[in-house]
Amino acid sequence: MGKKIALDGNAAIAEGVRLSRPRFVAAYPITPQTPIVERVADFIASGELKAKYVATESEHSALTAVVGAAAAGIRSFTATAGAGLALMHEIVGVASGNRFPIVMGISNRALPSPWSLQTDHSDSMAERDMGWIQLYAENCQEALDFVIFGYRLGEIVRLPVMVCIDGFFLSHSVEGVNVPDQGLVDSFLPPYERGENFLDPEYPMTLNQLTSAVMFTEIKYQHKKAMDRALEEFPKVASEFEKTFGRFYSPVEAKDTDGADIVLVTLGSTSGTAKYVARNLRQQGKKIGTLKVTSFRPFPKKQVRETLLRAKTVAVIDRSWGLGSEGPLSLEVKGALYGHPSAPAVFNFVAGLGGRDLHEGTIEKIVSRVPDLGLAGTHQDSPEWIDLQEEKNDE
Amino acid sequence: MMSEMKKNLIAHGLSTCEGCAMEIIARNTLDVLGEKTIVLTPPSCSAILTGYGWETGWKVPGFQSNLENIAAYCTGISEAMKLQGKDDVNVVAFAGDGGTVDIGLQALSAAVERGHRFIYICYDNEAYMNTGIQRSGGTPMGAWTTTTPSGKSEGKKDIVAMLRAQGIPYIATASAGHIPDLREKIRKASRVDGPSYLHVMTPCSTGWRFKAKDTVTVARLAVDTGLWPLFEAVYGKVRITYKPKELKPLKEYLDLQGRFRNITSEQVEKIEEQIRKDLERLSREEDLSK
Amino acid sequence: MSTKHKTGIVAEGIADTKTGVWRAERPVVEKNKCVGCGICVQYCPVGAIEKGKPVKIDYVYCKGCGICVTTCPKEALSMEKENG
Repeated sequence: MGKKIALDGNAAIAEGVRLSRPRFVAAYPITPQTPIVERVADFIASGELKAKYVATESEHSALTAVVGAAAAGIRSFTATAGAGLALMHEIVGVASGNRFPIVMGISNRALPSPWSLQTDHSDSMAERDMGWIQLYAENCQEALDFVIFGYRLGEIVRLPVMVCIDGFFLSHSVEGVNVPDQGLVDSFLPPYERGENFLDPEYPMTLNQLTSAVMFTEIKYQHKKAMDRALEEFPKVASEFEKTFGRFYSPVEAKDTDGADIVLVTLGSTSGTAKYVARNLRQQGKKIGTLKVTSFRPFPKKQVRETLLRAKTVAVIDRSWGLGSEGPLSLEVKGALYGHPSAPAVFNFVAGLGGRDLHEGTIEKIVSRVPDLGLAGTHQDSPEWIDLQEEKNDE
Repeated sequence: MMSEMKKNLIAHGLSTCEGCAMEIIARNTLDVLGEKTIVLTPPSCSAILTGYGWETGWKVPGFQSNLENIAAYCTGISEAMKLQGKDDVNVVAFAGDGGTVDIGLQALSAAVERGHRFIYICYDNEAYMNTGIQRSGGTPMGAWTTTTPSGKSEGKKDIVAMLRAQGIPYIATASAGHIPDLREKIRKASRVDGPSYLHVMTPCSTGWRFKAKDTVTVARLAVDTGLWPLFEAVYGKVRITYKPKELKPLKEYLDLQGRFRNITSEQVEKIEEQIRKDLERLSREEDLSK
Repeated sequence: MSTKHKTGIVAEGIADTKTGVWRAERPVVEKNKCVGCGICVQYCPVGAIEKGKPVKIDYVYCKGCGICVTTCPKEALSMEKENG
């Protein structure tokens, strides 16, 4: 079956990589993901993972080299965080537009400015419309599992996958993780097949080139269809995953949401904290439910809508800035509920930026704030930065 | 229609300018390397060979890189070929001066440092030609471009010296006016189990302002004036591959090109001084290599 | 145009613009001067010259750049105006 080992999120991702047998890894160090690629380099050096490791001179070149290897017909991997992901941005669309099923580990780190080493989701949110599947892990088990799951799902629909873990809160926090046996993973994840587009002198073709307005939309539409298909394939892959490993995943995870007074919608490690707080408050008689979003892209609109229609109010917690508008998760939730006559009120809270701990106190504060907002009406002009420390702000 | 270029691996009907020296280099490159070749081009003049929409000019596998990372794509593709036991597949980057000495410098220098097996051919037409003749680090002193309308004041970046300093296994200068020399160097480059680099003088009638028919004449004058010495360095050992019987005056080369119409006499002197220094040093390096 | 390839832009068709129509003048071979050395073949940018004694020029693609004329060691090629 497997062994239960104490691993932090970075190590868990690295184990997921080892088990998924990519043959090419290219990476560049950046806090807080560096231990992922260091551990993978160790696996390769010891022979546990038979692959070529290239330490590129930047993240831009790392993703580029990985795309090159994928184009040449090989399963490949990279990892990054924060500004490193931002530097890769130009290639993010190349990877997805050419439909190479790469998996990339991301230890979420706030983008500058100001500079931070610590977590928020501004890095992966900046990539949200680039056509990658984006999975957010709640804990270290998911960190490991989503790498394997990501390769399987990605290779079916031919899309690359970002596996996101909160920097430091998950990447550097140790939990007990079940590490499956290689044989079990091999039975779930078949050897890589190169798809329809590849570089091989036996079958010459030219890839990734210039197009005109006559064809761009249609090619991008194929990409859109693949994203839609990823949502359809997710439960099938999840079912196979459960049969093999005994753990079940879904694009969203709803707990005690039916008839709830407030449902907390969260991404990443906050989900664990939210569930903990909700459980305690229910013991005090408060009807609090949680909706954890695992697949942020493609966004599971239908499931989100069906779940939240059964709740009275919704509090969406965004761990990213949403400047000029509101938090991206809140926009998605509102979009999913739009137009439904009995849609609940949705309130957006921004918290946990730049590594600020999104702890029980913050969530309890959100829960107590919601009724006040509800009394003021169902409309909120701007998200509430709930963990802002008033005294430190001169305004 | 078959040409002497027996393998004929590039389509005939491409929208390059008439008399395009880059195309001469490309055809000879593929003729030497053959079918087991993967070609990469950045957005640049060579991208015209890579084609448009559902059509391509390459009869071998091709890939469009970004402008700054062609050497990083070569890294991934080359290693993937190796991993699949396809060691005999040539991976060729066919990039201009802009994508090599400016924006492409980091990726190239790093890929050379890491020692991957690929052939990098820089067709140096001394400006960003495909976007309409803008100045690059490869533009020579005194040359007109749209972004140096009164002539470039700085000298030309010496990428060959930079890569030699990194200890690249094989590096050579070449010219679109000396095709047999170029072909031999491509052949040698293809046998290196590591990175190799060719820097090729590529006169551009459109950007340098001369008649297309004079393309080869200009390329040969660059060599015959000593401005573009033809040499190779094999693991650092220098060999000059073509020695002009006597050096022609630089003026003959400059006068043919409209882009040098406003070059000052001081600039010409500076270039001539640089030619003297470089030729002397090259000659000494060749002696030391014997 | 087809979206036969459902995974990004993939080109398998070979470009075939009849660039011969661009010409203002065309190269002409003087048969008795050509020694079949093949030098012009290597210098033709569009690869429109076929080796032989004399060489044969593919006017479907020849753009009339005139480089072949300048590289011929025997002055066997010259440029003539295109008719019409």
